[in-house]
Amino acid sequence: MTAEAVRARQRRWNLDDNAVRNLGLVGVLVVLVVIGVVTRPELYADPTWVRNNVLTILQQASAIGVVTVGMTFVIVGGGIDLSVGAIIALAGVWSTTLATQSYGALGMIFTALVVGLAVGVVNGVLISYGRLVPFIATLAMLVSARGLAAQISGKQTQVSTNDTINNLATTRPLGIPLLVWLLAVVVAAGWVLLNRTTFGRRTVAVGGNPEAARLAGINVKRHTLMLYALMGLCCGLAAIMLTSQATSAQAAMANLYELDAIAAAIIGGTLLSGGRGTIVGALFGVLVFSTITNLFAINNLSTEVQNMVKGGIIVAAVLIQQFRYRSLTQLLKR
Amino acid sequence: MSAGTESRRAGADTVLRLTDVVKTFPGVRALDGVQLAVRAGEVHCLLGQNGAGKSTLIKVLAGVHHADGGEISWLGDPFAPATPQAAMRAGIATIYQELDLVDDLSVAENAFLGHERSRFGFTRRRAIATSTREILARLGHPEIPPHRLVKALPAAGKQIVSMARALSHDARLIVMDEPSAVLAHDEVENLFRIIRDLTANGIAVIYISHRLAEIREIGDRVTVLKDGRTTAADLPARTTPTRELVGSMTGRSIEYLFPARPAEPAAGAPVADPVLVVQGLTRHGEFVDASLAVAPGEIVGIAGLVGSGRSELLETIFGARRPDAGTVTMDGHRITGVGSAVRRGMGMAPEERKSQALLLDEPVYKNMTLASFAGFAHGGFTAARDERAAALRTADLLELRPRDVDRPARTLSGGNQQKVVVGRWLLGGTRLLLLDEPTRGVDVGARAELYQVIRGLAEDGVAVLLVSSEVPEVLGLADRVLVMREGRLVHEAPADELDEDTVLDLVMAGSLLEGEPA
Repeated sequence: MTAEAVRARQRRWNLDDNAVRNLGLVGVLVVLVVIGVVTRPELYADPTWVRNNVLTILQQASAIGVVTVGMTFVIVGGGIDLSVGAIIALAGVWSTTLATQSYGALGMIFTALVVGLAVGVVNGVLISYGRLVPFIATLAMLVSARGLAAQISGKQTQVSTNDTINNLATTRPLGIPLLVWLLAVVVAAGWVLLNRTTFGRRTVAVGGNPEAARLAGINVKRHTLMLYALMGLCCGLAAIMLTSQATSAQAAMANLYELDAIAAAIIGGTLLSGGRGTIVGALFGVLVFSTITNLFAINNLSTEVQNMVKGGIIVAAVLIQQFRYRSLTQLLKR
Repeated sequence: MSAGTESRRAGADTVLRLTDVVKTFPGVRALDGVQLAVRAGEVHCLLGQNGAGKSTLIKVLAGVHHADGGEISWLGDPFAPATPQAAMRAGIATIYQELDLVDDLSVAENAFLGHERSRFGFTRRRAIATSTREILARLGHPEIPPHRLVKALPAAGKQIVSMARALSHDARLIVMDEPSAVLAHDEVENLFRIIRDLTANGIAVIYISHRLAEIREIGDRVTVLKDGRTTAADLPARTTPTRELVGSMTGRSIEYLFPARPAEPAAGAPVADPVLVVQGLTRHGEFVDASLAVAPGEIVGIAGLVGSGRSELLETIFGARRPDAGTVTMDGHRITGVGSAVRRGMGMAPEERKSQALLLDEPVYKNMTLASFAGFAHGGFTAARDERAAALRTADLLELRPRDVDRPARTLSGGNQQKVVVGRWLLGGTRLLLLDEPTRGVDVGARAELYQVIRGLAEDGVAVLLVSSEVPEVLGLADRVLVMREGRLVHEAPADELDEDTVLDLVMAGSLLEGEPA
């Protein structure tokens, strides 16, 4: 089929590139499920197990999903944040100190959100007003935030004794875990924010062509700062979600979350150079990764193999993306 | 090392001949029938206004661009270099206007960049240094150490390194694109000495300069380009009258269709207060003490060459650059940055549409509302439908083609992209429009439309400040013309009191004076 025919078909079905990519990711999910069915048919024979397994996948995707939404904003806005795992660790540790726990569940939630926001603001100020390259600024934050988390916790695992927090991970309103509801709300809010608000429009403009945005009167620096602040806030929320799942927090928590979040955003169709990205794609990216993790878990396979497969998927996704983009631009040149 | 070791060729031998060479870019015919014949051992000068096609022409010779039509013969054989390396191997070296040096490499490494001498993959540092020292000595600059990093050299030194690179190839033809632009006066003398040395060895030189005096001094023959065509070829460089050269540069091959100016206001009619007042604006090294005013409904044009500081002046007025001295006021309010400029009703269509104005992958309507979408929004939520409708109305006003505001901006032609940028400011209720090279890369038909649009805006009371290196455009479109030269506004007059030759004389006069021996 010629490229023109593909485009004609896309037009007929009213599909844009993003929809095509998302359909592709759904296809990947289907393939993964099929592999699961083929490898463990006895498990998939039990409908209750299947239902619970899907909820497990979603629950495992919840915290990283929230981070990926924030990451999508940062990358679309032309930046990158390598410090998200470290911010989560710092927020998690800070909110589970004995002193913080004495203020109850709301105190802990408030602390996690404020710590996340504050670290995000520091990142943003360094990048937009200090003119540090985002890669460097957040790399420095990655090291120092985890260091501070280790300092605060004395390298000990801090157990949460707050039942309200611990129950967040186990309550199931309408049969669906609260954390999954939370992810759904964040994804929906992120979609609206990116696609339907002035904030989202500015994000695309700042990432797509900062000079054009500046000359159109958009305050690029302030907006960049706000993007990192939003990222920090997402990390604070993710810290609470992870703490409730583990009923504890430690300086090593959320390890390599930055890589998972960036990878999920990228295979979801977010352009690493900024200016283009979708929240729905990012969600699918997260789901693909957590489904793979689950697939390996039910087959009792090692996480080492799992990491190699993840790496392969990232490379494949970006290659496909580049190929599609190239064929599209060639089409336009003709 | 030197190409001169070959038998000295007779001066009349034509080494390079271009016949009807054509090069098109999307929406532009950059070269549209260029004729050029260069002999061995001569200095052949290329003369033309900005945008005449000189840079494209040398890039075709250097293998950066490929000609779409016509014939190029080099040493008697057809010539179509696929890559810059191929052109260099064939013996054509180019010294670009923007020096293409790597700051963090040494002088020697830069001179031999791309054809490093190596043995088993290891660079032969000593051999390269020795050769570089020889070349530098030949260039009259034995004092430049081959191991010095290029970034530690002054501008003139970098120019020498760039020339050393050209000489490090066994070049039979060296193309120099405004080599004197960054040189002090005595350095220019040295440059001429080097050029004479080269030509005495039978090497041909294509010399591009805006400075007529230099062309008189060093040139043998002159070929003039205008709108991508050769308008005069092989004129004797020393004896051709200036009037004839300037005439060939400006002799119009494109009919510009300018809308009529409004009738003169009746005598005694109240003159509107200027909306924009600029006083003593200065940015060191860019422009000095610029003062001007623009009234509602008035089109003021600034004529000047690239590098005269006109674009910098415009961006400073818009608040995108911080002035070292002076003030910009809109209706008496100080402009301190882009934010306040836009709030006060200023809009700018910058020189580089693609890199400074457009989100190429975003739809047209989002590009049009880039400066105003917050005004359409309700409580932070964008109103795409309202934006689309408003963009469509503006598109109709500007006769945007295709009339589809959902199409990515990338897919539009240059002229229509420019309409999108201008349209952006119409949506914002702009009262002062700054236009930097509004018709660059815009084809002739679309130009006439843009002129009509700009004039129409002025009739609706919008003040327009226009910068263009195309003198006829400034003269035809503006009510009042300011001439800018080397960072200064040197002349101001109503457009109908000026003609093209006068403005060109003013624009280039400083260059002429500077190029003359003291």
